[in-house]
Amino acid sequence: MTEKDMNARLDSPCMSIVLAGVGGQGTLVAGKLLGTIAMKTGLDVKVSEVHGMSQRGGSVITYVRMGCKVFSPIIDEGTADYCLCFESLEALRWAPLLRNGGTLIINNEKIRPLPVLLGKEQYPERIADTLKEAAGDRARIIEINAKDAALSLGSVKAVNIVMLGALSVHTNIPETVWEDSIRETFSGKPKLIPMNLEAFRIGRDLAK
Amino acid sequence: MRQILLGNEAVARGAYEAGVKVISSYPGTPSTEITEAAAQYERIHCEWATNEKVGAEVAIGASIRGARAMTCMKHVGLNVAADPLFTASYTGISGGLVFIVADDPGMHSSQNEQDSRHYARAAKLPMLEPSDSSECRAFVMKAFELSERYDTPVLVRLQTRVAHSRSIVELSDPSDIMIKPYTKDMAKYVMMPGMAVKRHVVVEKRMEALEADSSAPASGVGLHEEIDGPSDLGIITSGAAYQYVREALPDASVLKLGMIWPLPEKLIRSFSQKVKRLVIVEELDPFIENEILAMGIPCEGKALFSKNGEYTTAMLRAVLAPETLPDSAVASASLPAAPGRPPVMCAGCPHKGLFMALSRLKAQVMGDIGCYTLGALPPTSAMDTCVCMGASIGMAHGFDKATDAIDSKKTVAVIGDSTFLHSGITNLINAVYNQSTITVMILDNSITGMTGHQQNASTGKDIRLNPAPAVSLEALCESVGVRSIRVIDPVDTQGAQRVIKEELEKPFVSVIIARMPCALIPTGKGPKGKASVVDKERCTACGQCIRIMCPALTAGPDKKPVIDSETCNSCGLCVNVCAFGALSIGEVEA
Repeated sequence: MTEKDMNARLDSPCMSIVLAGVGGQGTLVAGKLLGTIAMKTGLDVKVSEVHGMSQRGGSVITYVRMGCKVFSPIIDEGTADYCLCFESLEALRWAPLLRNGGTLIINNEKIRPLPVLLGKEQYPERIADTLKEAAGDRARIIEINAKDAALSLGSVKAVNIVMLGALSVHTNIPETVWEDSIRETFSGKPKLIPMNLEAFRIGRDLAK
Repeated sequence: MRQILLGNEAVARGAYEAGVKVISSYPGTPSTEITEAAAQYERIHCEWATNEKVGAEVAIGASIRGARAMTCMKHVGLNVAADPLFTASYTGISGGLVFIVADDPGMHSSQNEQDSRHYARAAKLPMLEPSDSSECRAFVMKAFELSERYDTPVLVRLQTRVAHSRSIVELSDPSDIMIKPYTKDMAKYVMMPGMAVKRHVVVEKRMEALEADSSAPASGVGLHEEIDGPSDLGIITSGAAYQYVREALPDASVLKLGMIWPLPEKLIRSFSQKVKRLVIVEELDPFIENEILAMGIPCEGKALFSKNGEYTTAMLRAVLAPETLPDSAVASASLPAAPGRPPVMCAGCPHKGLFMALSRLKAQVMGDIGCYTLGALPPTSAMDTCVCMGASIGMAHGFDKATDAIDSKKTVAVIGDSTFLHSGITNLINAVYNQSTITVMILDNSITGMTGHQQNASTGKDIRLNPAPAVSLEALCESVGVRSIRVIDPVDTQGAQRVIKEELEKPFVSVIIARMPCALIPTGKGPKGKASVVDKERCTACGQCIRIMCPALTAGPDKKPVIDSETCNSCGLCVNVCAFGALSIGEVEA
């Protein structure tokens, strides 16, 4: 593939995707899967993860960058092409990472953090609307219900693949590459492959 | 073959390809996955050591016996392993010997932000610093080669963003494992004064040779890389910071250092002469900067950037290329503040109720390093101190002696099973021997939890989950002279509170072992579908169950609990704390 071909597949010479969620929501697996996709597409890629203390129910962020040559594994404010937010409050927290012209996809699930549980702070209302108002025509903001979709398949753990399905609609990476990567990611647990392929398809439908 | 690997996995791969025979480590974020990944290669002897000093000594022994050996740790782990490190510098090696140390700028999961590069200078050892996964593999292989060429242990320093980033690595077939024949060599390996005096001379000569060879780019010793660009600005950098430099200033002249100790003076001098302005970009301390200033070469560094936290591309752009600042779709100033989401002890963690008990008793709690450090957060805020691995017990003893045992009536040391074996046990021996009256609680969740479930000497399994002898914590405590040892069920919060109160009164060292496995250990017999249920008639909205900080339990608009059946693992803690019988474990769903 020539450099021009590669760039045509991406929205920018280096495509930056933020995966924001709460520890335990499967953002790490989603990040790994995006890494596999980049490899299959012949691109350079970096995926940056957070392990350790913040995994314990804290705010967790994974950065994925792919392109001809990727240097920094980190995505700074105003430079993400896509923000894939697995939880509403995390969408509000990480939305400033999105660049002018980027796409932000929100799973409208609410996971209340400790200060809210204790009644010290309020969980903000209508987060997707707030973001739409703030962004105006500078961003595409899409809200989906990935949790219900995953539950309809019998496992809340499929939320991450539903989210990737929603993301896939907005990139130029062919559907077959995504599906192959899902098969590869779950090759150790082949029973999970049909459910995750279905989760991917539902995600695509939700974001169309 | 090309693979996408975590930096830590690439370190393991490099060691495997280099023919490493022995890896002994203690887990610590962000270094843990190295030894886990290496354990997948069956021909390597991998083990979880009881602490970093032990891991280092095992590796030193294996090396002197002729095998290539490695030990991996987080930055603060190197403090524990510093004693063997400094003298292994004198003995040198036989089989290649590599120390991996993973720093944590930004303190994602650490109690301090120390800069391990100082150890290379202090212990007089070479240190390499990779900047991505591909270099992790290559630099570790080079480290083994340099170790044998210069007869020295070699340090490889990682940073969180290198250790925990995935990128593409080209793999090769592994070399054979070679074990060199053993020759007794007292002058080299018995470090008593007469021998050590002579070895120190060897050490100084070795470092001079390394420095000279490292400056010659063709030799490849230093793994340095020079990127030509305009002469107005030159950057010297290494590790993670190199990536931010290339991102922010794609056209700048850059000298990327691969070996960051000893520094290649000749190379740095010639680079500095080619550029009008020299800027050093390094996270944490001005380690390279101060050395370059000491060479008499003018440069800028910490006057432009912070000594705190991680660097970012944006930070470099703001200082060195302000015309390239990015354009956000949503300005953070235009959004309402998002409530914080601090980490919490997991839903179903059987030990979290103990912190409610400690809070109710108004105990002074000497904390330690592990999941249970989260007991310091509200609403329990049940912790007074947390310093380092094993410190809880020693500090409780310090409180005891500082107050002629008065504070021991309200002071509890809280420590996990793995941390207790790491360095709590030596403190317990000290406390018993010196006639303390402290109360120690060992929160035994049968795993090393915070770092992601590593086995330890008390769990009955080795790193590959094969059966292994298990230390009995009760027998261990008894053997060092603890007179009162009680094992309790941590989910029974009231019972625990009563036991703690009784033990605090005793005029000698007592140990309470709160034993229940981590809720995240897959047992294969999980109570799926039996989430707690709420009887709204009985509930008085008193808020007790909310205070257990369970992620599965939230307050509804009527202040009564709402259970998330997906997250609840029916541990029963909320049922136990409810004084009105409003909560119960649900029936299995049809």
